[in-house]
Amino acid sequence: MTDIAVVGFAQAPNVRRASGTTNGVEMLVPLFRRVLADTGLSKHDIGFWCSGSSDYLAGRAFSFVAAVDAIGAFPPVNESHVEMDAAWAMYEAWAKILTGEVETALVYGFGKSSAGQLRRVLALQLDPYVVAPLWPDSVSIAAIQARLGIEAGRWSERAMAEVAAHSRAAATANGLAQLAGPADGRVDVDDLLAAPYLADPLRAHDCAPITDGAAAVVLASGSRARELCERPAWITGLEHRVDSANLGARDLAASPSAAAAAAAAVGAARIDGVEAAELHAPFTHQEILLRGELAALGLGDEVRVNESGGVLAGNPMFAAGLACVGNAARQVMDGRAGRVLGHATSGPALQQNLVCVLEGRDQ
Amino acid sequence: MGKQLAAVIGSGQTHHRSKRLDVSMAGLCREAIDRALADAAVDLADIEAVVVGKAPDLFEGVMMPELFLADALGAVGKPLLRVHTAGSVGGSTANVAASLVHSGLHRRVLAVAFEKQSESNAMWALSIPTPFVMPVHAGAGGYFAPHVRSYIRRSGAPEHIGAMVAVKDRRNGARNPYAHLRQGDITLESVRSSTMLWDPIRYDETCPSSDGACAMVIADEGTASGRPAAWIHGTAMRTEPTTFAGRDQVNPQAGRDAAAAAWKEAGIADPLSSVDVAEIYVPFSWFEPMWLENLGFAEEGQGWKLTETGATEIGGRLPVNPSGGVLCSNPIGASGMLRFAEAAMQVMGRAGEHQVDRARTALGHAYGGGSQYFALWVVGAGKPGAEPHTGGRP
Amino acid sequence: MVEVLSAPLEVGFDYTRSLGPALSRFMTALRERRIEGVRGSDGRVYVPPVEYDPATAEPLTEPVEVSAEGTVLSWSWMPEPLPGQPLDRPFAWALIRLDGADTAMLHAVDAGTPERMRSGMRVRARWAAEPVGHIRDIVCFEPAGGSASPPTPAAEPAEPVTMVTTPIHLSYRHSASPGESRYLRGLADGRLLGGGRCPACGKVYIPPRGACPADGVPTAEEVELPDVGTVTTFCIVNVPFLGQRIKPPYVAAYVLLDGADIPFLHLVLGCPVDEVRMGMRVTAVWRPREEWGTTMQNIDHFKPTGEPDAPFESYAQHL
Repeated sequence: MTDIAVVGFAQAPNVRRASGTTNGVEMLVPLFRRVLADTGLSKHDIGFWCSGSSDYLAGRAFSFVAAVDAIGAFPPVNESHVEMDAAWAMYEAWAKILTGEVETALVYGFGKSSAGQLRRVLALQLDPYVVAPLWPDSVSIAAIQARLGIEAGRWSERAMAEVAAHSRAAATANGLAQLAGPADGRVDVDDLLAAPYLADPLRAHDCAPITDGAAAVVLASGSRARELCERPAWITGLEHRVDSANLGARDLAASPSAAAAAAAAVGAARIDGVEAAELHAPFTHQEILLRGELAALGLGDEVRVNESGGVLAGNPMFAAGLACVGNAARQVMDGRAGRVLGHATSGPALQQNLVCVLEGRDQ
Repeated sequence: MGKQLAAVIGSGQTHHRSKRLDVSMAGLCREAIDRALADAAVDLADIEAVVVGKAPDLFEGVMMPELFLADALGAVGKPLLRVHTAGSVGGSTANVAASLVHSGLHRRVLAVAFEKQSESNAMWALSIPTPFVMPVHAGAGGYFAPHVRSYIRRSGAPEHIGAMVAVKDRRNGARNPYAHLRQGDITLESVRSSTMLWDPIRYDETCPSSDGACAMVIADEGTASGRPAAWIHGTAMRTEPTTFAGRDQVNPQAGRDAAAAAWKEAGIADPLSSVDVAEIYVPFSWFEPMWLENLGFAEEGQGWKLTETGATEIGGRLPVNPSGGVLCSNPIGASGMLRFAEAAMQVMGRAGEHQVDRARTALGHAYGGGSQYFALWVVGAGKPGAEPHTGGRP
Repeated sequence: MVEVLSAPLEVGFDYTRSLGPALSRFMTALRERRIEGVRGSDGRVYVPPVEYDPATAEPLTEPVEVSAEGTVLSWSWMPEPLPGQPLDRPFAWALIRLDGADTAMLHAVDAGTPERMRSGMRVRARWAAEPVGHIRDIVCFEPAGGSASPPTPAAEPAEPVTMVTTPIHLSYRHSASPGESRYLRGLADGRLLGGGRCPACGKVYIPPRGACPADGVPTAEEVELPDVGTVTTFCIVNVPFLGQRIKPPYVAAYVLLDGADIPFLHLVLGCPVDEVRMGMRVTAVWRPREEWGTTMQNIDHFKPTGEPDAPFESYAQHL
């Protein structure tokens, strides 16, 4: 199979409310400029463009159309769009490079969650006949999942708060984070647990914030990747799976799709040698749940998880999954890690999951 | 590893109607999927990945409906992608599904596209007043009608060309059991006496609004060899901004580039001599001559002559939309995939009453947005390189 | 940094959903205050019913009636209910497995306080006074302790329920870009401020764009344009449609302002529709000043200037 690597990554600052439109242009123009400058490419060198975004997030049909203004899409570009997190746009672009039709791709995602009421908007992802008409919001769905795990002894409110504390502390080193702990990096778990419930058993710290943001990744194949980046993050596995949408018929305390995607992505190598992982877990218990699924494949306690702070420190919908993969890849490109795992999720209660394994190579 | 061969081994579609009130969204998709699986002689269990295409989520009021449909689509435990590239999405979805096979990632991929417009009202969804944006005051066809006027002015095409296309496509639709509009007795006179909606576009020259779905099974060489198949010879997608200074809205560069890329990959130098049948996305009749030029079947300004001389009729030199096309059935998200599937059906010899005799090479075409998103594929009865595209017909 | 303009954007529609056979049976039973699931190929009883078997993907057809009472498997507390939710006072969301079912349904439990909620508790459906065949015929569930008033038998079965209506109303805040905001404020002063010239290609955009669509770079330089221009192309609108402001027939035309490099759609009035031509010179007719706001609708329409038509070549590149 053709070798393909992440050779560039950039993310917009995670902010509670970005000024400007829902078409992403203001956030994307500087991002494109940065990833192109970092790789020494011009827009004319990009073989394929692929993006992820959502009309319902923007409140408008065809909201992604104006985003191509940020590319400067004339002469016309080879381009596609998924109504999904941009991590899946990266999958489409990766497949496109594998066909041999193109050597490079620029993948981007953007979302301005602050334009609407995110909890209600996400209710529209549920079954439109028997669930969505009740308007169950995304936080309540996650809270039901959290309690199932608590009562099954899989995790506890304290363990969840520890995830939040770790995220806040880690995010102090992430200049793009929206939520970060105090400068000394110390977040007291007991303080977190003293806060009232937002949606019992979830407290505010258990939930990713509402974030406006964007992310962009550049992919390149073979020798092209080596020209563009000193230390490309080579993709050794990229897989995604979906679970049943029937919340009451599947075990919400497990994520078969994450487990299956990870097993396929790591292959026979299992998770051995993975030094860092960026897991897309918008709720604290979901990070524990995902770690549990990955532990079964060999993810040990020594693996550094969500050193960026993860999406608990900033969750730009439809860009966040791509940013998780990008943040993992960056650790390889920076030389901080030899082998990493990036993960993205989509849908209610971790319904859909993508896992990308990347590694640096000495040459 | 390079590009792997890929082929359509089966396709299916719903009976398209303005309101399919007898089915749920899942039922609508499954009607097309089950026909495609039967046509391909495979089961859902044989499918390795599913690619869903649909136009705006606001049409059905479901955010990312592929999530709740995962069970009905047989996608649970598998990779599931959702493509959205405006009106071209049905074509893009087929191309993305093809890329999953071309790349060597999968052996059998299910592509499905649908629209259940009767859940809401497309006119409403597309014209929600956005603050600060000047309302067009023109309605749906009002966006495209000025560009049709520009085409007529630039090409000098006679006024009856639009009506000729409408007559041809509606009569073709009468041969297609799945078509929404089946008007075998339509005449040039009846079209020309229909209401002028958006001058120069008449009522009978516009597409309907439909509920419908389309599905295809796309397979690798190992699966497709030795059974009926439409081999994919070339795919292309191109995009340009909705508007920019100096944009050619009649003959957009993105469409020309997409066509050039598809012809090149398919090894076709002269499309008119090489292609036996074309399924082109024509929501307003005048877009037939416009796209014939954009696709390179005719020189700029000459496309209407192919229509006028009858070359685009079944039995003509280049039959266009023997299925009846978008003018007869328009489930928006699926309309593009229907073009791609009909092209495949033609080279597989499975187009029934609207089969073009000895069709060996066919084009599927879709466009969307303000004529800015283009998706195409070229399919053939033989494997790429196995035979020259000389046109199978006299 | 320009302060951007923003305004509410309301997206609302009452969606009409056709149900298909499986959901139709379920909704019809609800109208009769009964709950009907479906048996899967694995023998499990799914409530609510699923249309296709989760294992084999075959259509499921064997209905199974289950109890309106069941057990809470998990729950969460909703202290401040959101618009559209089943109750407007604090309540619990719960996964409830009804007696006779093997799967759980999501619904609300009217428990009053979170202290009254626990997994494993027994709850029963509270029915709407007048069920219509909709998931909301179950208003919510309530703790099953104590005596329940026996449900009033529903009316005699009528035609099966085949459709449900689902209102979806969302509120957004829509913002303009910084360039657009400058342009809109200009309009409020009766000025046409182009969005600037692209530093790469030199083209002048109106309205301004966040980035030059051909070059992808911000178009910062502001250019003031006159309210006079040329009709590049147009259509005559003869068709009435929802939300239409004026009575057909009228002309919707692309107007290329002098000095601009891109036309925009506007109305051309002030002459018979069949006198509008490609190349016609037009000028803006502004609304009375007291009606001006941050909108292009300050220009009510364009009308002919009476000048000779612009030559085709002068606008041929804008078609």
